Amino acid sequence: MDIFLNTVIGIFEEGLMYALLAMGMYITYSILDFPDLSVDGTFPFGAVLTGVLIMHGVDPWLCLLISFAAGMAAGMLTGIMNVKLKIIPLLCGIIMYTAMLSVNFVLIKAGTGGAAIASFFTKNTIFNSSLATVIPKTVGGFALRTTFISLILVVFCKILLDLYLKTKNGLLLRATGNNERYTVMLGKNPGTVKIWGLMLGNGFSALAGSVIAQNKGSADQNMGVGMVVLGLASVIIGISLFRRVKFMKGTTMVILGSLIYKASYQIVLKLGVPTELNNAVKAGIFLLALILGGGFFSKAFSKLFRKPSKNGGVKLGQEEHNG
Amino acid sequence: MVKLQNIELVFNRGTIDENRLFENFNLSVDNGEFVSIVGSNGSGKTTLLNLVCGTMRPDSGSVLLGDSEVTSIPEYKRARRIGRVLQDPKMGTCADLTILENLSLADNKNKPFGFSKAVNRQREEYYKTLLEMCNMGLENRMGTLAGALSGGQRQALALTIATMSDIELLILDEHTAALDPKSSETLMQITQRVVSEKKYTTLMVTHNLRFAVEYGSRLVMMHSGSAVMDIKGEEKQKLKVDDILGKFNEISIECGN
Repeated sequence: MDIFLNTVIGIFEEGLMYALLAMGMYITYSILDFPDLSVDGTFPFGAVLTGVLIMHGVDPWLCLLISFAAGMAAGMLTGIMNVKLKIIPLLCGIIMYTAMLSVNFVLIKAGTGGAAIASFFTKNTIFNSSLATVIPKTVGGFALRTTFISLILVVFCKILLDLYLKTKNGLLLRATGNNERYTVMLGKNPGTVKIWGLMLGNGFSALAGSVIAQNKGSADQNMGVGMVVLGLASVIIGISLFRRVKFMKGTTMVILGSLIYKASYQIVLKLGVPTELNNAVKAGIFLLALILGGGFFSKAFSKLFRKPSKNGGVKLGQEEHNG
Repeated sequence: MVKLQNIELVFNRGTIDENRLFENFNLSVDNGEFVSIVGSNGSGKTTLLNLVCGTMRPDSGSVLLGDSEVTSIPEYKRARRIGRVLQDPKMGTCADLTILENLSLADNKNKPFGFSKAVNRQREEYYKTLLEMCNMGLENRMGTLAGALSGGQRQALALTIATMSDIELLILDEHTAALDPKSSETLMQITQRVVSEKKYTTLMVTHNLRFAVEYGSRLVMMHSGSAVMDIKGEEKQKLKVDDILGKFNEISIECGN
């Protein structure tokens, strides 16, 4: 029984942390209609940056903010590539992700004095210092502090995001993902809005990286592997399962999606699948989510291979010269 | 006032499909004029609107809006002075937003889109009076997603949205074409009411010759990049469909339609 409960706690803990990533991908994929692969690079960017900063004595809570801002900067580059240079979303992500490999590598080498991994097990993190100490480490024999702090973080971010999406700016973001022509008619440049959305999405991705690194007590390049799949799977599972539930917000759906993803992953592992097949399992769950998502299957597929939109950038409408 | 001066526009230049649509094309529309534009497919009607709105740019020549030259101004900036309703009912509204959210966005046009609350409940009554003019019962469905409305209702909403803010020019790009005859008729009546009430300078492209004759103060017939017919004033008031049908058939047969 204890083993079972500990597994459940583990699912909640990880599921909540990765829900931050899922919320970012909810902005890019679901609201903006942009399959953003750069999160495979911005997620470890947040992690590595946090590792290096904590090693140098920066406050762990401040690291969350710095990571978010750094992720936004990276997301801005992805957006500029798509909007200004007219590169298709898929390729923008691949370029960004590849470049981030070097950025993260340089960052970790410079920050640690040549190591390939930033470890800070002995340092203070959001899970073991200041505010965290108010929460008891274990409740009834179960380690709940990490889960609890993750929950607070996720709920905080969710409320902020929900509030944002109801502002004029947030509504414009939703409108742009829905119908770019509408944004043009409002006298706004849909390209700028898109870049902003990608900044937010990658901000959340780097934030998730920061939180997970702080939980692990170390950060390295490999943490980014499979983040696109994980994030997209969470979003797609959440939205396709709960889209018919009235009054449930998109952010709630993707948080639940993230928990369900983690749970199904754990279940498969508990069935005795060897660890070498971990990534195959992740891919399998993602595939299943896409198929069961029904209409999402074709939508996701067309999204991944779509050309940049016509009103996205500076040369507005120039490509429509074909009668 | 809208002016197109010495417009030249060539599609697929230098290829076997080269199509010189506009060569030294000129059109001047006075303030308050309601121009109906008709013509066969490929005659340049919609391209003309795209040039005015900035969706396309001419190879040479200039576009004037009011007293300012806007030839090189991007579409979204020009849109601040122009209201536009497109043929496709899906394009003029956001399907995933409610009627209220759609109207709130439009209400904020030309103002900063900051971090204040998007939907202002105090404006709701005003939105309702605007929607009441459409006579479609939309005023009682503020919470409905725009995507759940019929084509006619969506176009009426799109027209309301396009004419909500202070605009200098209204562009109607075959806005009744996707609707059934009854809804087209209703939408044209709403259009007429809005245009005459607010005295907008209006450019309307239509395939419906009867609409072109019945509505508007001026009629322009386009054929392969030039205006083959331009009727205004008293002559326009007396115009009957039969008067232009002959000419229209002539150019249509020439195009093989």
